[in-house]
Amino acid sequence: MDKKRGAKHFLPTLKRVLSFLFSFYPVLLPVTIFCILLNAAVSAIPSVFQQKILSLIEKSWREGNWEGVAPEILRWVLILGILYLISLAAGFIYNFLMATITQGSLKKFRERMFNGMQDLPIRYFDTHSHGDIMSSYTNDIDTLRQLISICIPQALVSFVTVATIIFIMLYYSLWMSAIVLIGSVVMTRVVKKVGGGSSHYFIRQQQELARTEGYVQEMMNGQKVVKVFNHEEAAKRDFDRINEELFRVSEKANRYANILMPILANIGNILYVFVAVFGGLLLALKVPNLSLSGMALQISIVVPFLNMTKQFAGQVGQISTEITSVVMGVAGAERIFALMDEKPESDKGRISLVRCEEKDGRIEETGSRTEMWAWKKEEPDGKTEYRRLRGDVELHGVDFSYDGRKTVLSEINVYARPGQKVAFVGATGAGKTTITNLINRFYDIQKGEIIYDGFSIYDIRLKDLRRSLGIILQDTVLFTGTVMENIRYGKLDATDEECIAAARLAGADDFITRLPKGYETEIHGNGGNLSQGQRQLLSIARAAVADPPVMIMDEATSSIDTRTEAIVQKGMDALMAGRTVFVIAHRLSTVRNSDVIMVMDHGKIIERGSHEELIRARGNYYQLYTGAFELE
Amino acid sequence: MLIRPADPFTAAEAFGMELYCTEEGENSVNVIRILKQSIREYKRASVLAPVMVTGEVILECIIPFVTARLINEIKAGSGLQTILIFGFFLIVMAMLSLFFGVQAGNYSASASTGFAKNLRKDMYYRVQDFSFENIDHFETSSLVTRMTTDVTNVQMAYMMLVRLAFRSPIMLVFSFIMAFIMGGQVAWIFVLVAPILGIGLSLLIWKALPIFNAVFKKYDALNDSVQENIGGMRVVKSFTREDYEKEKFNARAEDLARDFVYAEKLVSVTNPLMQFCLYVVVLFVMSFGSWLVITSRGSRLDVGQLSALLTYSFQILSSLMMLSMVFVMVTISVESAKRIAEVLSEESSMKESAHPVRTIRDGSVDFDHVSFKYSPLAERPVLSDIELHIRSGEMIGILGGTGSSKSSLTQLISRLYDVTEGSVRVGGVDVRNYDLKLLRDQVAVVLQKNILFSGSIKENLRWGNPNATEEEMKKACELAQASEFIELFPDRYDTHIEQGGSNVSGGQKQRLCIARALLKKPKVLILDDSTSAVDTRTDALIRKGMQEYIPDTTKIIIAQRVSSVQEADRIVILDKGRIAAVGTHEELLEKSPIYREVYESQNRKGEEEDG
Repeated sequence: MDKKRGAKHFLPTLKRVLSFLFSFYPVLLPVTIFCILLNAAVSAIPSVFQQKILSLIEKSWREGNWEGVAPEILRWVLILGILYLISLAAGFIYNFLMATITQGSLKKFRERMFNGMQDLPIRYFDTHSHGDIMSSYTNDIDTLRQLISICIPQALVSFVTVATIIFIMLYYSLWMSAIVLIGSVVMTRVVKKVGGGSSHYFIRQQQELARTEGYVQEMMNGQKVVKVFNHEEAAKRDFDRINEELFRVSEKANRYANILMPILANIGNILYVFVAVFGGLLLALKVPNLSLSGMALQISIVVPFLNMTKQFAGQVGQISTEITSVVMGVAGAERIFALMDEKPESDKGRISLVRCEEKDGRIEETGSRTEMWAWKKEEPDGKTEYRRLRGDVELHGVDFSYDGRKTVLSEINVYARPGQKVAFVGATGAGKTTITNLINRFYDIQKGEIIYDGFSIYDIRLKDLRRSLGIILQDTVLFTGTVMENIRYGKLDATDEECIAAARLAGADDFITRLPKGYETEIHGNGGNLSQGQRQLLSIARAAVADPPVMIMDEATSSIDTRTEAIVQKGMDALMAGRTVFVIAHRLSTVRNSDVIMVMDHGKIIERGSHEELIRARGNYYQLYTGAFELE
Repeated sequence: MLIRPADPFTAAEAFGMELYCTEEGENSVNVIRILKQSIREYKRASVLAPVMVTGEVILECIIPFVTARLINEIKAGSGLQTILIFGFFLIVMAMLSLFFGVQAGNYSASASTGFAKNLRKDMYYRVQDFSFENIDHFETSSLVTRMTTDVTNVQMAYMMLVRLAFRSPIMLVFSFIMAFIMGGQVAWIFVLVAPILGIGLSLLIWKALPIFNAVFKKYDALNDSVQENIGGMRVVKSFTREDYEKEKFNARAEDLARDFVYAEKLVSVTNPLMQFCLYVVVLFVMSFGSWLVITSRGSRLDVGQLSALLTYSFQILSSLMMLSMVFVMVTISVESAKRIAEVLSEESSMKESAHPVRTIRDGSVDFDHVSFKYSPLAERPVLSDIELHIRSGEMIGILGGTGSSKSSLTQLISRLYDVTEGSVRVGGVDVRNYDLKLLRDQVAVVLQKNILFSGSIKENLRWGNPNATEEEMKKACELAQASEFIELFPDRYDTHIEQGGSNVSGGQKQRLCIARALLKKPKVLILDDSTSAVDTRTDALIRKGMQEYIPDTTKIIIAQRVSSVQEADRIVILDKGRIAAVGTHEELLEKSPIYREVYESQNRKGEEEDG
């Protein structure tokens, strides 16, 4: 759960973010930066004109001669006004463009993450918590947003303002500048201390928040179990502990954040006094001034200096409040890049799946929609070989392990001839599902080979391989959308009639038509409004409309009660007819009519044969089948 | 000087908030009344924070006043002594302001985070007292959001309230007063410009808030679809729908970005608007002010006051900006506050008996004319006119199709829900008269939706009995046929179970859940489809073990498989909420067509071959 750690590679990551931004907006971004700089520079200048005007007033206030100085004062005011207009225009343009750049870049980051994610191997999703992956799309994108839209412009502004002010200060007086600079060194020290504490605790707060969320999630999910076991008091105690810890760190984080501003503001105030006293001292003692301008020290310099002191202090304050966000933003970017950098599924396959027709006993590729498919293999010498897709699957001496240490499957040999129904039975964890994960290359085998219509599956293009395999999974997954759209997921160009026919075949039509809006009923949150059995029927319909030559059914009917199963059995039989089918089921009644049944135990096939043969053999299958009756 | 924009999105974002819209909810007065009760021990901090803020603000307003005097003294060529005196005053004031500022920061941090802590705690405690009916009322994910994101939103708004809601108006008023004291007529410019900013900001907020609300909904929808995609990755890949998913996502992301850009462009005006107002003031003060200084020969306004006016102009405008931000934050958090109040005001629907019975005689269970609806508004009852009498120690099987209310029937026994009509008795006493804790200890249910919690196997087992010895745990696991696989784990009983039990298989999870229930040594044990993922052989072993070792415990088994209930003393067939038949396996084969059908569908071919 170490989701909110700081960035490991701060600078490289920041650089990468910037180079992405520049590549997204090679013109717009420089324009925006220019506007930001212009806006900042112009915002820092007024002190100069303020000084001009004040010195004019100072010269003439005793005489009260307004007419004498008016043209000059008004000229400075006019110039000031023009500068303000430029600053406003620049400010408006950059704020406006920034909206496009921020949201546009976020969109591109999102797309890259998502599109890249589609091509990642299943292993990635099995080994990363979905909550963590999601957090890249929500939390990390949000912190990145802050980094782009606030922190980076702010950093530019602060840099320019500080540089401008330093320059102006030096222009007036070296001595006075020294005081301000010494003061700002003190400020940055304080910022580093307090701000560092703040970002430390903010990161801790995020961690604690995530922990609390995880805990609450788990407990709310199991709330009924808590009640059944009278576990309420213990649950309260545990929660109090976690809640108290969250409070402790978030109180600290907010304290640090809250006190930073008053501290900075008042260091600013104290600095102000020092500058004033120091200025007065210099004036009174008539110390010779040292400055870029060569001006002598006078009241009209001291006064704007005081204002610049405030501005300077304010800028340092600004920077300090952004530190936490920058740290968190870069950390978020790092995780986003980590997701983007994941290696996609390897696919070295060259053999593709094409529609074909048979002409004079020869197979020819065709553009039209035929029901016939063929494997197309292009040899390096330019010759092209076509082979009818038949659905012949063989596994030879396959070994497999998920983590490279613990063997899950060993020495697996399976021969499935076209049109055959092959069943796998065995205890949970025996490796039944794993076998199917290998055939469609969700995972790659370590030893042995898997042959599909005479080709190694590793020579077949990954997508074409999967297109030829229909899978109905144990955990039914439906997507938000209508029932019709969910069925159509199996074949995107299927007509309504085709979808309905598939639903009928799967025995789902009956309950669908009884739904409030029939096929147009909206499904939300993985079909929470449907029963598990109904969801299974829908996923069978979805596979049926895809009409693949080979089907894998992993506990596809486990939640359909046996009565309903018997009712849909006809449809299922029709669905399986003419296809090579791999069936995994707990319920022996589901697998009984298979051509061959593989009994699995601890990653090995320990028995194989038809139901009759296995019953006759009186081995493990017989035990399983009749175990309930013959324990003694 | 650059000012933070009052853009609601940035503001919300900066504090990690999310915008929400909910349709229903309590009215605002009620919400405040309900939430207020959670402040408790943080009342002191909540009151002291604004007091300190006031002190800080007053000083902040006086400081420019004094610095103006200082400037005048310098300008007048006063001696160093005078400057030092003013300087000393200023430093003292800065120290005081620092003190107040730090105190305000500390108190507001404690007040808001403490309030948040109490809100989380109160909600959590409230949920612990929920009945099943209450739990059904809220979705898990929505409860989690309420306890995390919503509380964070309220916390931020509360902090703003105790700090800025006082700070900005006080600052505004003080700055106005000071500006008038110092600048006289010149200060009228503020009266002119401040409303421009005020109205401008209000217009923007008024226009942008609903747009942001809508965009945020889209944003949530997009993230939901990503979540769905991740969860359904196996399906996406097996149908090779990667490109389709990409297209779908890209179109939605594009759409979202367009809306976001529009909304953000709208608020991108705030920053220049603020700058515009500030510039107008500066230009005016500069020209009109210098006219005033010169023509009055410094009597109506002088140089020091002139620059103080500039400071006040900044303070006035930025406090308006702050005020608008407070408004936005509070508006955003109102929806969160409502959602929190909903949980806090939810009353447990289960009333405990005033004089509870504290012993349960035996495990007999009687249903007398029981009817049950989940909601009084529901038209049709889920169970109707159930008449069933179970003797202590009997093994009862319950069979029926999906939706025949098998689970509902058993949930009435441990009073997870209350009957609508009739009564349920355990050990001869109406369940509503028992001490609830006692009843649930003695009637153990293994729910259909099995859940293990993160922690070791031992810790999970101890849910059944916190004081269980190792021996007892081992015994229970043996009975539940779990000891075999537990012994195979390297850490055995100390093996860590991941959240939701994701690192054990479905069948193993079910067996652990049974063991956990067995540790209670209950008088009645209900297994609600608890062995569906366990193979038939193990299933049979579990039942055999129970018959042998806990013969006196009443065992009620809900199952899909006939084999799981076949040797029960009696089998109850439920159909559409009514008892269709009761009897032994043989009797039911004779008289119940439903039972016969189910049995045959499961044993069709087997019979022919074995026979």
